[in-house]
Amino acid sequence: MNLFSAFFYLFSTLTVASASMVVFSRNPVHSTLFLVLSFFNVAGLFVLLGAEFLAMTLILVYVGAVSVLFLFIVMMLDINFVKLNEGFMSYLPIGACVMGVLLIELFIAFGAWKGFPNAYNLLQAPIEEHLSNTEALGRVLYTRYVYHFQSAGLILLIAMIGAIVLTLRHKPGVLRQVVADQIARCPETSVEIRKVKSGQGI
Amino acid sequence: MHDFYPHNVERVSVLLVAFQSVLILVSLLVLIAFLLYADRKVWAAVQLRRGPNVVGPFGLLQSFADLLKFALKEPVIPSGANKFVFLLAPLVMSISALSAWAVIPFSEGWVISDLNVGILYIFAMSSLGVYGVILGGWASNSKYAFLGALRSAAQMVSYEVSIGLVIISVLLCVGSLNLTEIIQAQRTGLAVWLGLPWLSFLNWFWLPLFPLFIIFFISALSETNRPPFDLPEAESELVAGFMVEYSSTPYLLFMLGEYVAIVMMCALTTILFLGGWLPLLDIAPLNWVPGIVWFILKLWLVFFMFAIVKAFVPRYRYDQLMRLGWKVFLPLSLLMLFIVAGVRQYMLLPA
Amino acid sequence: MKIVQSVNALFLKEFIFSFFLALRYFFSPKKTINYPFEKGHLSPRFRGEHALLRYPNGEERCIACKLCEAVCPAQAITIEAGPRCDDGTRRTLRYDIDMVKCIYCGFCQEACPVDAIVEGPNFEFAVETREELYYNKEKLLSNGDKWGDAISRNIALDSSYR
Repeated sequence: MNLFSAFFYLFSTLTVASASMVVFSRNPVHSTLFLVLSFFNVAGLFVLLGAEFLAMTLILVYVGAVSVLFLFIVMMLDINFVKLNEGFMSYLPIGACVMGVLLIELFIAFGAWKGFPNAYNLLQAPIEEHLSNTEALGRVLYTRYVYHFQSAGLILLIAMIGAIVLTLRHKPGVLRQVVADQIARCPETSVEIRKVKSGQGI
Repeated sequence: MHDFYPHNVERVSVLLVAFQSVLILVSLLVLIAFLLYADRKVWAAVQLRRGPNVVGPFGLLQSFADLLKFALKEPVIPSGANKFVFLLAPLVMSISALSAWAVIPFSEGWVISDLNVGILYIFAMSSLGVYGVILGGWASNSKYAFLGALRSAAQMVSYEVSIGLVIISVLLCVGSLNLTEIIQAQRTGLAVWLGLPWLSFLNWFWLPLFPLFIIFFISALSETNRPPFDLPEAESELVAGFMVEYSSTPYLLFMLGEYVAIVMMCALTTILFLGGWLPLLDIAPLNWVPGIVWFILKLWLVFFMFAIVKAFVPRYRYDQLMRLGWKVFLPLSLLMLFIVAGVRQYMLLPA
Repeated sequence: MKIVQSVNALFLKEFIFSFFLALRYFFSPKKTINYPFEKGHLSPRFRGEHALLRYPNGEERCIACKLCEAVCPAQAITIEAGPRCDDGTRRTLRYDIDMVKCIYCGFCQEACPVDAIVEGPNFEFAVETREELYYNKEKLLSNGDKWGDAISRNIALDSSYR
């Protein structure tokens, strides 16, 4: 066993272990942390495959931003585990049935599946020898798949706008800050000095 | 795979890499000890104080005295804290900050791992620092710490967006994600174009990308929780933010992580905009100076700016911070990205 | 107005000005002193650590009138009076000052009819335990012996204003 496969087994074992801990861990914050750990190990697998751009993007996007938001939400939830576990036994038979069916289906599917020995040579977009894989990805994404790529971006944009539209409410009668006006204030426009005679007022 | 690892991966012994890493870690930590001292001195000088001046000549050994003090004190773990996560958080923060230094080129060829996605790696590692903050804030089981963690998470995630766009603009000018190539790309530029190749500081990206340089600098301040954006640890509101419950060595690790991240951002500014190890003027006595000296000098200059900003800008309010990030920097950096891309595409200028 | 303001904001005018202001302060001479090695000016009226003074012949001044105990706003002074064993004159058997309670108002030295209790120029009497700050008569008298010269010089300097 060389170094490569040693690292492969390390990363994949850790990925599977931490992914199952995401499900089994009792504390939701711990679950999220295990999710982060499994992302890391998947990134390690990507690096082993020579897809370092994907690995870094995975860490950057999923670990650096998405999981932070998960953690954000999960930390603020106050989950009552006793209530959550109520009725566990009554749902058990149905759950076990669904799980059994799924398991059988998986066995059937994988039992019939055979790897195609020549698969590697049928790659749609093989990486050219002299290119780094960042460049190779870019070339494929922005030429052959440019419409898919752009429409995926558009869908995300629409989703973002939709979320903003759903949550943004302009209440009437709310005083809003106009930062530019606040900064523009100066002594000449905001302070008035008057001589007041004693006993008279303005 | 072959382009990710150095070509002689078989021959480079693990021992050599380990030795290099230890060397860089040690020299980095010593550098940070003195930068911490310099930070306090600059801050004090602007406020007409003297700053630390007792330990060692001119107080130079102050940071080492602080280190001893932190290491010898008793770590207090609050009874309501989640013990494992509480101790994990400072480790995450300092290790993620330290690991980013693996790809920094200090001089030509002086880099542990010359990744071809180096800048992405740094960006990924610096975005991990937010975990230390969030976990520390949550595990402390304290309201102040939690509020600090929430603030910091939102702040770091929002400013990462503008930092990312600035980095993309620089990458458009270079055409590579490798840090060494980013610096090499700054060998040619405006000075060469003007026919004065010895004025090499005009070649660097700070001049053609000046607005981005400013945006990057300010976003870096926010990304590392430096004043004027130190809201996660705003003393007047949150005592010490996410670090309230920390003491002794875990606190030391938090501080260390913070300063390593700050110096990291200084190094990144140096690499992206100030030409890394390239000499200030490409004339005889100056270009004999080894590249590492130029690199450290530029790093110090950026750090001086970091330190003096702390002294003369008041802390931002939280909504002002968010407004600056989302309503000013994001559109500006996006606009600059379009301009840079347009210039690259249609005017065919080198940078 | 609006245009000028937005141009100023865009070019960070205020930040650049304040940067140069900060630089000017950065290079200007520092206002703080190097404390344990340099000391600042102390007024002759400075009210620091207490001391009980003696007459030139070595006799203690205090006659246990308890005016200082009465006037003390922090109730830091405790006095027990009684005849001294050897000559039967009225003296203090105990004269305690709780330096933790004391607010250094100086009322005790104003109230004293014989100028026995005074506040000297010493302010560096930090100790490691709280008990050491409960001063008794011996401590106060020894303070008087130790700081007597400085105190009498200060009194002489201040006398023309009284």
